[in-house]
Amino acid sequence: MTRVLRITGVTLFAVILWQALVSATGLPRFILPAPTLVFDTLWKSRALIAQHALVTGTEVLLGLLIGAALGFGTALLLAASHLARAVLRPMLVFSQAVPVFALAPILTLWLGYGLWSKIAMALLIIYFPVTSAFFDALMRTPTGWLELAKVMGSTPLRMLWRIQVPAAMPGFASGLRLAAVYAPIGAIIGEWVGASQGLGYLMLLANGRAKTDLMFAALIALAVLTLVLHAAVDRLCRRWDR
Amino acid sequence: MTSPALSLSGSASIGGEQVFAPLVFTVPAGQWTCLLGPSGVGKSTILRLFAGLDDGITFDGQITTSNDLPFKGRVSLMAQSDLLMPWLDLPENVCLGARLRGESADLTRACHLLTQVGLSDHLDKRPTALSGGQRQRVALARTLMEDRPIVLLDEPFSALDAKSRAQMQNLAADLLTGRTVLHVTHDTAEAARLADQVLLMGANGITCPTPPQTHPPRAFDAPETQGFDGYLLRLMLEAT
Ligand SMILES: Nc1ncnc2c1ncn2[C@@H]1O[C@H](COP(=O)(O)OP(=O)(O)O)[C@@H](O)[C@H]1O
Ligand SMILES: [Mg+2]
Repeated sequence: MTRVLRITGVTLFAVILWQALVSATGLPRFILPAPTLVFDTLWKSRALIAQHALVTGTEVLLGLLIGAALGFGTALLLAASHLARAVLRPMLVFSQAVPVFALAPILTLWLGYGLWSKIAMALLIIYFPVTSAFFDALMRTPTGWLELAKVMGSTPLRMLWRIQVPAAMPGFASGLRLAAVYAPIGAIIGEWVGASQGLGYLMLLANGRAKTDLMFAALIALAVLTLVLHAAVDRLCRRWDR
Repeated sequence: MTSPALSLSGSASIGGEQVFAPLVFTVPAGQWTCLLGPSGVGKSTILRLFAGLDDGITFDGQITTSNDLPFKGRVSLMAQSDLLMPWLDLPENVCLGARLRGESADLTRACHLLTQVGLSDHLDKRPTALSGGQRQRVALARTLMEDRPIVLLDEPFSALDAKSRAQMQNLAADLLTGRTVLHVTHDTAEAARLADQVLLMGANGITCPTPPQTHPPRAFDAPETQGFDGYLLRLMLEAT
């Protein structure tokens, strides 16, 4: 409750500051629209914004889901197999030298202007953080637990599934929390490179028509989307915290 | 279940550094043997060799059981840390071994064992909701569930407060009767209470001081227990 109050307070303060800035400087509305104007636009264009937010939300959610599943699987594979570690790990590390943003035009070329190029962007951005957070946690399983399992006569695969995986879930959760923040960034970049729907697209469109108030309204919608997503993922992850 | 005697002869080193010089000793079948010695003398290393946790240990010698059956699958281990899985409730923790071997888990028996160690009121709890002494009771129930003829204990009671420690000692002495128990400890009073046989390990090898004739677990305040405790302490001091 106090947290909600604090956040509300800070937001209110920022809005007042924003309004004061606009009043004091007299900046034209196509550079910095007043908050009253932005909220007015947000309300009047709510159907339009909601429609585009739904598209971006779908991209982010699917990217998050698929990316998290792939990251989970890759980390498991790496933990289970020496061969996979020897082959995949250098590739994964090397792949990090390529800025994911730079792939956006290529993904659009390959996957088209629709949802999938954005899902792929979101997925690629979160894949490495999820994989490495979970893999590191899998490899950090307390040796005492592993030795106990060995004395009990466990097979390596059962040890992985029944001890290492549950022990590493807090690590997976922290990867997932990061992913919830990164995934919207990926989707928006994808939309900027080429799209006909989504909040990123709407921002570019509004910008082109000098509708700065709409741009800000779309930005606010995006921020809310990211916050809600983060809160939801955080709630989901709490079960794995210890 | 026939509990075999164990014997070890040889020396061990870790990373080129000798842990113990050539030793020879036997752990008698079906009895409680305390392996007593100061910290760092190599007690845990010996236990790890018996448990098959020999990664990184270079052992030059022989480890055998009296009936020449392999150690694998006939040993269970209880350490200073309870090693309970925080994501499992108590009966599932007790059944961990069966789960890891892909066998069906006998939850009824697990609950029975938990009752035996005095935890019938806590069956649906997670380990994090228990005290240190209670957690070590669960570890004992898990060890009993494994039902192995050889039980290796590595200072399992040393992190407990005096009262819990005494209770755990009684419980373990009672419930592990008949198995070949090798109990590593640095606590002379504990050895004086529990041991059928004592192996006193020092820098110069192993000696076997004879415990009192009375049956363990011995009373703390019995003169023979206290006398033997003092004797062991003196031997330990003289050895270094
Ligand atoms: N993993 C290890 N790496 C290097 N040295 C070790 C390792 N484990 C134990 N040792 C060394 O072996 C000796 C005996 O250790 P340990 O068997 O644990 O003794 P104790 O259980 O009697 O206290 C110690 O001197 C310790 O430094
Ligand atoms: Mg030790």
